[in-house]
Parts: sequence; structure tokens; C-alpha cells
Amino acid sequence: MRLTKTALWKLPHLWALAAIVAAAQSTLALSVRLRSLLAARGFQVITTRESDSAVDSDRRAEIANRVNAQACLSLHGSETGSGVHLFASSLAPANPSRIPAWKTAQSAWVTRSLALAGVLNAALLHAGISVTLGRTALPAIDSMTCPAIAIEISPDQPANINAKTDLDDPGYQARVAEALAAALLEWKTEAHQP
Amino acid sequence: MIARHQAILFIVLLAASIAMGVGLWRQLDRAHQRLLNGVDSAPTQAPQVAPAERATLVVASDADNSLLAQVQTLPLPQDPGARARLILGKLLDLYAAPDAAHPVPGGAKSIAQVFLLPAPNLASSPTEPESGAPKPAEPKSEGPELAVVNLTGSFVASHPSGLETESLTVLSICGTLHANLPRVTQVRFLVDGQPRATLAGHADLTRTYLAADTVPSEGLHP
Repeated sequence: MRLTKTALWKLPHLWALAAIVAAAQSTLALSVRLRSLLAARGFQVITTRESDSAVDSDRRAEIANRVNAQACLSLHGSETGSGVHLFASSLAPANPSRIPAWKTAQSAWVTRSLALAGVLNAALLHAGISVTLGRTALPAIDSMTCPAIAIEISPDQPANINAKTDLDDPGYQARVAEALAAALLEWKTEAHQP
Repeated sequence: MIARHQAILFIVLLAASIAMGVGLWRQLDRAHQRLLNGVDSAPTQAPQVAPAERATLVVASDADNSLLAQVQTLPLPQDPGARARLILGKLLDLYAAPDAAHPVPGGAKSIAQVFLLPAPNLASSPTEPESGAPKPAEPKSEGPELAVVNLTGSFVASHPSGLETESLTVLSICGTLHANLPRVTQVRFLVDGQPRATLAGHADLTRTYLAADTVPSEGLHP
């Protein structure tokens, strides 16, 4: 069973939504850990799910859009690849419209999403975690009207080491959560600047 | 005692039967003579072997989330649809190999069909994904084309779930099609002939992909 989580943040609040991902327990555990770290930094965190129950992509985007978040993180887990994969929507940037189309609502936010990806990338690299950046067509992200990034956590495999660190490894999860929390704190600071 | 008209009918039918029997006997005799004379009138022809050509495969790698062009020499048919199916089959054969950089089970049989249609004009709404069937466009003999890739249900069912792996599969298929058939500018996906929401829970299969956006910049066209 795969398990995912999505997190949303509106200054000075942060919400975390749940979705569908790989290792259910590991992603859920990461979400709980991240939520705690963010709460300690003054963010308000909301999750779309706290247990292994399905929430469809439209519902996740609906919750995100309703709270008018300034940052939305969709957390996923996968056994393929290594390190952390950051994905922004592959939609082309477009001017915001008063009533955006549901399937392409993210197009008005893609530029901000890419900026958020840059902040997350820098923080993860600083924490010594390998990162790959990409664009993807993910229905939940494409419908969000906020800076939105899908974060896929895979087993960590540092350079020159053959063994992979498992997704469930508490130390690995702590490093990822700390890096994400630090990135969001920086993002929040940047958002406050004129 | 039978009626007169019945007797006439019987005689006519008997005469016709005898005539047909004689005709068949003579045809059989002629066929036998042709066989004895060694005349070969069989309509079968030896199958033509497709010439080997260079094809560019846009191969994905999970290790660094990359797409790299790889040139291979393959016997390719002239029909564009069959050609596209064969090339994509080769790409999926690479992914099904034990030491694949982007492991996906299934192989060549995972591509049921590839249909090539005139591409609908997306210029009026460049970012809007299509939902449902593609809109018909004005037929243009040399214009851009939409490729509809029909995947098998077994391929989709066995595809690993994950953002990176699903995105790479979709993008490598789009890139490979555009690299070998440059007129293919848009790609859509079906699974067992039906629209499907995602590949394995993540990558959107309801939208139209712009093939030119998915290919690496160098070494593409064979």
C-alpha cells in the first residue's frame, strides 16, 4: 500500500494534507515529524489524513485551495531511485485568472512553485541529501492555487556507499524533515520581504 | 404414377448433374496435368525483410532522473504506426531487462497499438490538458501529428508506483516518439483502449503531452 501526504502553508500557517504513497508508515511518520518541527517554528499544520485512508487528488487540491495556502507540499515515498525527488508542475506558466480552470489552476503559480523548489533543493543539499529536480503532471498539484511541490522520498544512497538507507530509517527521516522545515522557514522569511 | 411436369423436372436435374460432374472431372484432370508438368501457380510470396535503420531511444534513468538519447539499429517497417510501435517496444524491452536503469516489467508486448492522427490545435489554450477523446482536426498530409499510445492493462498494473518512475516512463515514450517521428508533436495515452486517470497512481494520463518538451536537446533525430 502506498501512502502520500500533502502539506500546505499560508503565512504564518502551514497545512499538511495526506494523499497516497509507497511505504505508508514511513510517509505518515515523516509527515508527523515534519508537522511537529513546523509547529515548533510557529506554523499551523493541517493534514488531509492522519491514518491509512484514501483521499483523492481533487479533494486534496480542494482543501489546499480553500485555505489559500502559500506553500503546498505533497509528500510521497517510493522504493525506486535514491534521495529526494522534487517535482513542480509541468504546466506552462500563465497569467492568473479570476476563475481558473480546475485542471490547470497551478499554471498561474508555477513560477512561485519553481522558486519554492529551489529553496527546498538548497536546504536538502545542505543537509547532505541527494536531490533530483523535475517537472511532472500530477493531478493534485496541477489543480492547486498555491506554490506547490511534490516531494518523493526514496532510500538514501550517499556517494561511494553501496548500501541504501531505508525509507523507514528514523535518522534519514529526521534529516529530511529538518531540511524541509528549515526550507519552509526560509520561504516564509522570503515571503515577508517586500 | 408421377405427373408429367415432375418427370420433366427430374430429367432436367439429372442432365444438369451429369453435366456438372463431367465439368468437374475435366477440371480435375487439367489440375492434375499442371501438377505433373511442374507449373507453380501458388500465390504466396516470401515475406519481405524490413531494412535495418537507425532509431533513437530516449532512455530513462532512475538514478539521476535523466533522459538520454541512445541510437540503435533496428529493422523498421515503413508504416509509421507500426514503426512507432516497434520502436516503443524496443524501449520497453530495455526497461524489462534485469539490469535496467529504469526497471519496468512488461517489455515490447506492453504497447498494444500506436495510432497517428492529425494533431488538434492547442494554440488557443496552450496549458489546458484535454479531457476525453482528442478533437478531430483538419486533415493535413504533412502537418503535426497526435500519437495515441494504447498500453496494455498488464503493463500498467505491474508498473512501479512513484512520481519519478512514472514520469520518466511517460516522458521517455513521448521523447522517443518525437525523436523518430518528428511530426509527432502531441501524445496521449490509453490503457486497453480506455482513458485512465494515472499510470500507477501518480503520472496523469488524461492530458495531452507536448512531445517536443520531453526530449533531450542533443543527438535525437536518427
